[in-house]
This record gives sequence, structure tokens and C-alpha cells, in this order.
Amino acid sequence: MLRKLHIKDHSSEVRLFKQRAIIAIIIVVIMVLGIVSRLIYLQIYSHQHFSTLSQNNRLKIVPLPPTRGLIYDRNGLLLAKNIPSFSIELIPEQVKDIDDTLARLNQLIPISDSDRKHFRRLLKQKRRFQSIPLRYRLTEEEVARFSVNRHLFKGVSIQARLIRYYPFGQAGVHAIGYVGRIDTRELKRIDSADYSATTHIGKLGIERSYEDELHGQVGYQQEEVNAQNRTLRIIDKTPPVAGKNLTLNIDIKLQEYVDNALGEYRGSIVAIDPNNGEVLAFVSKPGYDPNPFVTGIDSKSYKALRDSPDKPLFNRTVLGQYPPGSTIKPFIGLAGLDAGIANNSLFCPGWFQLEGDERRYRDWKKHGHGDTNLDKAIVESCDVYFYELAQRLRIDRMYQFMSLFGFGKKTGIDILGELPGLYPSREWKRRKRNQAWFPGETVITGIGQGFTLTTPLQLASATATLSMDGLHFRPSLVHSMQGADDPEPELTPATRYKSVLLKNPRYWETIKRSMMRVLHGPRGTARGSAQGATYKIAGKTGTAQVFGIAQDAEYNEEEIDKRLRDHSLFVGFAPFDKPTIAVAVIAENGGSGGRVAAPLARKVFDAYLLGTGL
Amino acid sequence: MIIDHYTSSHRRRFSLSESLHIDAPLMIGLLLTAALGLVILYSASNQSEAIILRQLTRLTVAFGIMVVIAQVPPQQLRFWTPWLFAIGIVLLIAVLVFGEGKGATRWLDIGFVRFQPSEIIKITLPMVLAWYLADTSLPPKPSRVIVCLILIVVPTLLIAKQPDLGTSLVIASSGIFVMLLSGIRWRFIFSAMLAAIAAAPLLWYFMHDYQRQRVLTFLNPEQDLLGSGWHIVQSKIAIGSGGLYGKGWLNGTQSHLEFLPERSTDFIFAVYGEEFGLMGILVLLTLYLFIIARSLYISAQAQDTFGRLVGGSIAITFFFNIFVNIGMVTGLLPVVGLPLPLISYGGTSMVTLMIAFGILMSLHTHRKLLSQ
Repeated sequence: MLRKLHIKDHSSEVRLFKQRAIIAIIIVVIMVLGIVSRLIYLQIYSHQHFSTLSQNNRLKIVPLPPTRGLIYDRNGLLLAKNIPSFSIELIPEQVKDIDDTLARLNQLIPISDSDRKHFRRLLKQKRRFQSIPLRYRLTEEEVARFSVNRHLFKGVSIQARLIRYYPFGQAGVHAIGYVGRIDTRELKRIDSADYSATTHIGKLGIERSYEDELHGQVGYQQEEVNAQNRTLRIIDKTPPVAGKNLTLNIDIKLQEYVDNALGEYRGSIVAIDPNNGEVLAFVSKPGYDPNPFVTGIDSKSYKALRDSPDKPLFNRTVLGQYPPGSTIKPFIGLAGLDAGIANNSLFCPGWFQLEGDERRYRDWKKHGHGDTNLDKAIVESCDVYFYELAQRLRIDRMYQFMSLFGFGKKTGIDILGELPGLYPSREWKRRKRNQAWFPGETVITGIGQGFTLTTPLQLASATATLSMDGLHFRPSLVHSMQGADDPEPELTPATRYKSVLLKNPRYWETIKRSMMRVLHGPRGTARGSAQGATYKIAGKTGTAQVFGIAQDAEYNEEEIDKRLRDHSLFVGFAPFDKPTIAVAVIAENGGSGGRVAAPLARKVFDAYLLGTGL
Repeated sequence: MIIDHYTSSHRRRFSLSESLHIDAPLMIGLLLTAALGLVILYSASNQSEAIILRQLTRLTVAFGIMVVIAQVPPQQLRFWTPWLFAIGIVLLIAVLVFGEGKGATRWLDIGFVRFQPSEIIKITLPMVLAWYLADTSLPPKPSRVIVCLILIVVPTLLIAKQPDLGTSLVIASSGIFVMLLSGIRWRFIFSAMLAAIAAAPLLWYFMHDYQRQRVLTFLNPEQDLLGSGWHIVQSKIAIGSGGLYGKGWLNGTQSHLEFLPERSTDFIFAVYGEEFGLMGILVLLTLYLFIIARSLYISAQAQDTFGRLVGGSIAITFFFNIFVNIGMVTGLLPVVGLPLPLISYGGTSMVTLMIAFGILMSLHTHRKLLSQ
């Protein structure tokens, strides 16, 4: 029975297979006919056309570089433009001995090792008939020297190319960034066809994060050349599409002014429009001139920049992580109000002690503030009040509340590489340090010391959020983009994060009023900075320790090395009733926040609101 | 009838091809095509004798391996199939972990030889599917179809991750050919096709920008004259200018003026088209069709399901390779980088191909005289 079944299956399987095999043959034949008809089309029908292309003539394809998009500030001033510059270029297939040519050229025009290395890399990358740049920014003298000897160098020519130029130099370099020659790592990332005519690519800042928009699309020209490779005629041309022009939110005049105002101080100032998150000023000091980077900075100058103790290459605004110090107090105060535990006052003797602990947490004011409520604690920056408040809030609640303002998280600004800062939590400490959380750590977190780290941008963004009663915008540098064919600039819409909601919205007013008295009150820590102001400012000073001082030891500014002095901080916004600018100032080793950072902020407010000094 | 069979084969028992387990018509077809390939390669390589010599050595080795494989009875092949497949999969994983190769990791270095584990899979995937399907009567039940699909998808993904899209495409289709030949129901086939069409936009969504660019290039090569569009434009000029009779051997201008890239490997068909014209191409296509027809005939004659499915899949995969290569060179299909079987310069895929033909010959020459 079984056997019979098997035999039956076998014959039906053979039938099935043969059936399928026949179908396969039919499909194969149909596909072959498809190929044949394609060949008939190519070889018979279009034979004449292809013959002409092939006979005697050769086709050459020349890529045409797109013009890189320009970058403007919010008032239409050019921040990055393209200027013509002479470069010396070489077409490999026309040069018999490249080594010899380079050696002879070097006697006329100095060619550095890095130029050579770059050239070798491109040599492998490009087609034999494509022109490869050897050196940029020839001086007029070098151009002249080569021109006289041109007949000795077959396949070498001087080309005028557009190169990037940043007219404002170091002001704004940390926001705008710069372009540089494409390196090996970038070669892997980009589409080599799209960049076949492009020599530079955005390395940092806006130039990097908006590379795709700024670059544009390569064009090409199909040329007919004779046996000597001379162009006979242009058969086809697809013009390149220029990159999009960007308009930034930054006001470059304000930026320059702020940069100068910082003077000798290292540090950072960020100004944001709290109504939409637009970044008005983005200063990290010291800066550096981006222009040498475009054509290849020499290694000596680069080393000097890299090894400078002032760290000019370091983008403090988004990479500098500082302890926020007392600038954090208004936020902690809000947390206390929201938790319903910041209504009473306490007596400040000048120190604070946890129950069952020897250690004394000192106030900056040695003999204490006496009876202190929340308002006084903010206006006079009483530490003891916030030690106590933090201890009652506990770290979990603080962590949760501060996260709403973006502390410990990236702000999401539109340039790459931003750091998130740090707002500590139990979970964080267990994960990173494998340790339990100690109550003493909660206490110092209350005055923005301990583990807490913020970037200047985070502080400015959090202040902006506070000034708008919790309306939280993503900070943005780019205002709009406009392609060559776009009739209207395409606006970058403001991105809103989840708003901070309080149990009672009147708490906002409470805290902001205290912040106003920091400047306008008779005992405010920054009372000098609002003198003669025609508008009302709200803010908070901060002084962040750079190194720890021993228990009960006196802090003597004169005796301490300059670089170990406290950082001077200030956050604030203005005008009080209808804020249009929020600012964070950090002057490294500036000392007291009220003395250095707050007056700097006043200058920024005056400049932006009244135009003073611009 | 049975007696007749017996006597006729008994009479021819001493013929050379019979004792070597070689199928003479298939052998002749392969040899003619390979010879034509050497002629084309001589021109494509700018008359380099060194290259011809190297290719000739490879061909000799490959044909030798084919003859060796042909000696192994199909039962043996069938017995070893699952083990070989398992080894192939293990090596594929190893290559992802330790592999080397420029740009993509496809090679495995085991001291004295370097090879691509994907080549093992090329042969053993159809075999393992046939081995699995031959267990029960055909057409297979849906549950078996699903197992088969898993067997196809795993190596395909492993190879695609290397990344080698061309090979993974060939391997996936060789598996699918086994399924089609096994007689799975048309409604499966049609619903699978519908699903594939429906999945296409989804795929687009998951693709990287550069992959999208590649698809766009295929749809409009003139848009990308600096990338792979250049290959296509140049090979179309080469083939088109060849016309009906071609420019004559060694006289192709496009190819000799170095305007045609990869002209001895993936784009060798364009050299042939330029120098031998449509007539020459028809000759080559005829040779190919003869090999395919003979292979399908051998498969249909095979005595068991395993043999039929393996043989049929080898024949159709062979054609698929040819179709994709010619389609690519003539601008019908996107550039995926597959060689033209038996013609293109290169060793690895040649050996794999000849092993496959060795299996076909083994199937044909080891038939038992008394069938059920």
C-alpha cells in the first residue's frame, strides 16, 4: 500500500517538475528575447548615434562644483561667503612624471608635505582627467612666477576657485564653524560622485551640521575632446545647483560686542529670545580665526592653538560643563514652592548641619543672614536656606523637577557634539560610581555644587524657560534657509518642548519678583548692575568653586592662583514684564558673580534692548 | 524495454565520457563558451598574455574540479548536504566576526587559502532545500515552505550584511528557484509577489540615502554621470557602436581607449558587443541557451526529487547570472557587480560554477539502470 502510494507520488512529482521546467524555459526564452530586443535597440536602431559618439571622438565629463550656500546673520550681514582665490592644479593624465613635476614646481612655489599628502589622496580618488588642486591661495607673486614658466609644466595650470571666507573672523566661530579640505574619514561618509568637484566640507558648527543644505548639487559638463584631449564642443551641460543660503538667529553685531565685552576673561555668554528659542548671541571666549583652517593651517599655528592654556578651540558654550553655583537657586526655589515646603522662614546662623553629622555646611556670609525666607534667600543668595530646602526636597524630587528645565540633558541645539551636562540622581550614582547616595550630597546640590554640571547654553535655555513661565523652546541657531529656486526663505519652525507646569502658576511670579530684587532690591547681590536701567531686569548671580577649600578655611582671593579662582556666573532676563532676551554669563575665574558676570549681562541687555554700544 | 536499456548502456560502457562520468553535450557547450571567453578576454585585457595564461590555469583547475565532483554519486552528495550547508553558515558568521577584505568583509583566511564562504552557500543552499523537500511528497505543505523561507533568508541576510548585495541576490533567487520548481502552489507565488511589491515602498523608507541614490541612478543613469552612471553610459556606447557585425576583434575603440571601466571583469560583455556586434552576441546567447536547455533536460531525467530540484535550480541560476550581467551592462538593470559566467576574468565564481556543473554531470551519469 505504502509502496504503491510512493510510486504514484513519484510519477506525479515528475509530471509536476516537468511542468515547472517548461514554464522556466518559456520564461528564459522571454527574457532572452528581452535582452535581444534591447540589443537590437542599441546596436541597430541607435547604432548611428552611438557610432558618432564613439568614432574619433571621445567624451569627457567635467564635474562642475556647486557654489556653497552663504550664511547671514539675523540682520542680513554676511558671515560666510565665497571669494575667488588662485590655486595651482594638475591633470594627472597630461603629466608624464608626477614626482618630477612636483619637485620642479617646488622650486617656484613652495609645496608643503601636507599639501603633497592631500594631493596624493585625491590622486587615487579622482579620475585621471580631472583637475586636482595642489595648493590654494597662491600669492600674486607666485602666480606670476608660475605663469612665466608655464611652458615647462604640461598639464599644470592656475585656476581661480571660490574659497570660503569668514569676514568676522573669530567672532562667532564657535557657532558658525568652518570648512576644510575633505579628509579620509569624510570621504567614506560622503557620496563621492556628489563631491567630485568639491574640495571642502563643513568641519564644525553650522557649516558641519547644515552641510547637506549648504553644499548644493554637483553639475557636470559632457565635453567632446579630440585625441589631444582638447575640448571640441560641449555636448551637454547640467549646471550645478547652489547650496541653500542660511540666515542665522545670531545678531553678529551683538555677538561681536559681547565678545569684546568679555575682555580678558575666558568664558561664555549665551543670549536667547525666550519667546521662540532663537539664539541671539553664542560666545565662547577666546575664539580663533577660522580662515586659516579653510586652506589648511600650518602645523605650528595649529599646535599653538591646540596647546594654549586658554583653549581657544574649545567650544565652551556647548562643551564647557560648569558647576552652576547659586544660579540654580531660583529653580530649586520653584521646586520648593511647587512641593509646598518653601513657605516658612528659618534662621541662618552662617552654617548648616545635618542631624547626626559633625560636618558644617558654610554659608558664603560668615555670620549668617539671620531670619530668612525664600525671597530673601534668593535676593541675598543665602546658602543655608537652600541647604535646608534641598534636604527637605530630597534628591529624587530635585532631579525630577530640574529635568523639566533641561538640566542634565542636551538642549537639542542645531549643531553637533553638544554635551548634556549632569544633574545627579541616586540611579546615576549607583550606575556610574556604584555607590549609594549620601544625604550630604543632596545638601550641596541645593546650591549648585557637588556633581551638578551645566553648559552655558543649558543655563540660558533654562532661564528662558523660567522667564516664560515654563514655556520651553529648543534653542536654535538657524532662522531660515533659501535655495536658489525658492521664492521665499523657508523658515525653521521653533520647536517647543513639554512646558513646565506648576501646581500654582503664581509661583512663577513669586520667584521672578525675587529675581528682579536681586538687581533692583536694596540688598540684591547684583544691585549695582541695574543702576540707571530704563527697563527692569530679573536675574541671579552665582559663584562656582573651581577647587575645594578646607572646612572652615578662609577663601582668600589674593592668595589663590588665578586659574583656581571661582567662576563668576549670572543668569537673567529682561524686560521683566515681557521678556525678549534671556542670558547666561560665565566668566572663568572671574570671582564673584555680582561683581563680574552681572555687569556683563547688563551690557548685553543694554546692547540688545537699547542698541547701546552697537 | 528494460533489457533494451541495459544492453544499450552496456554496449557504451567503455566510451570515454561514460567512464569519466561526463556528459559530453554539456561538456562541449561549456568548453566552447570558455574558449570564446578566452578570445574576448585577450582583447579586453589589451592582449595581455599573462592574463590569458592565468585565466587558462583557472579554467583548467575549475574543469578539473568539475570532473572530480562528477565522480561522486548523488546519494553521497545528498548525504553530505546538510553538513556542508551548516559549515557554510558557520563560516559566514565567522567572516562577519573575523573576516578581512577591502571595504567589505567577504574573505576568510585559513592560513594557506583565502576564500569566500558565500561561495559554499551558493551551491549548498539549493541542495539543502532540495534535501529537505525531497523528504515528503511534493508539492510541499505550507509549514515546509516556511522552513524553506527561513533557510533562504538567514544566509541571504548574513551575506547582505558583509555587505555583498549582488551575491545575496543570487543566493536568494537560487533558493526561490528551488521553491518554484518544487511545485509550490501558484497562489503562494502570486501572494508572495504581491507582498514583495507592497514591501517595496517600505524598503525605500528603510534604505540609506546612498542606496536610494543608487536606485535613482538606475532609473536615470544620465543624472549620475560621475558615479556608476558613467559605466552604463560608456558600455552603452561600446555596445551600440558595435552594430550588427561589430568593429572586429581587437578593434574596439571604446574599450581600448580606456573609456570602459572594469572591461575584463563585470563589463566584458560590452567589449564583446563592440567587437563582435549583434551577430556575435547571438552566437554567445545560443551557446548559453544550449547549456541551460541541456541542464534542464538532465534535471528532468534525474531519478529522484533531490536531483531534479538541485539540477533545475543550477540551470536557472546560471541563466539568472547571465541575465543580470547582460541586463546591467546594457542598462536594463541597476549595476550590482556580477560577473558574466564563463567569460569574465576571475577565479572564485568560476570554480563554484564548475562545481555546480559537476553535480549536474554526476546526476546524469550515476542514474541507476532500473528505475522504479
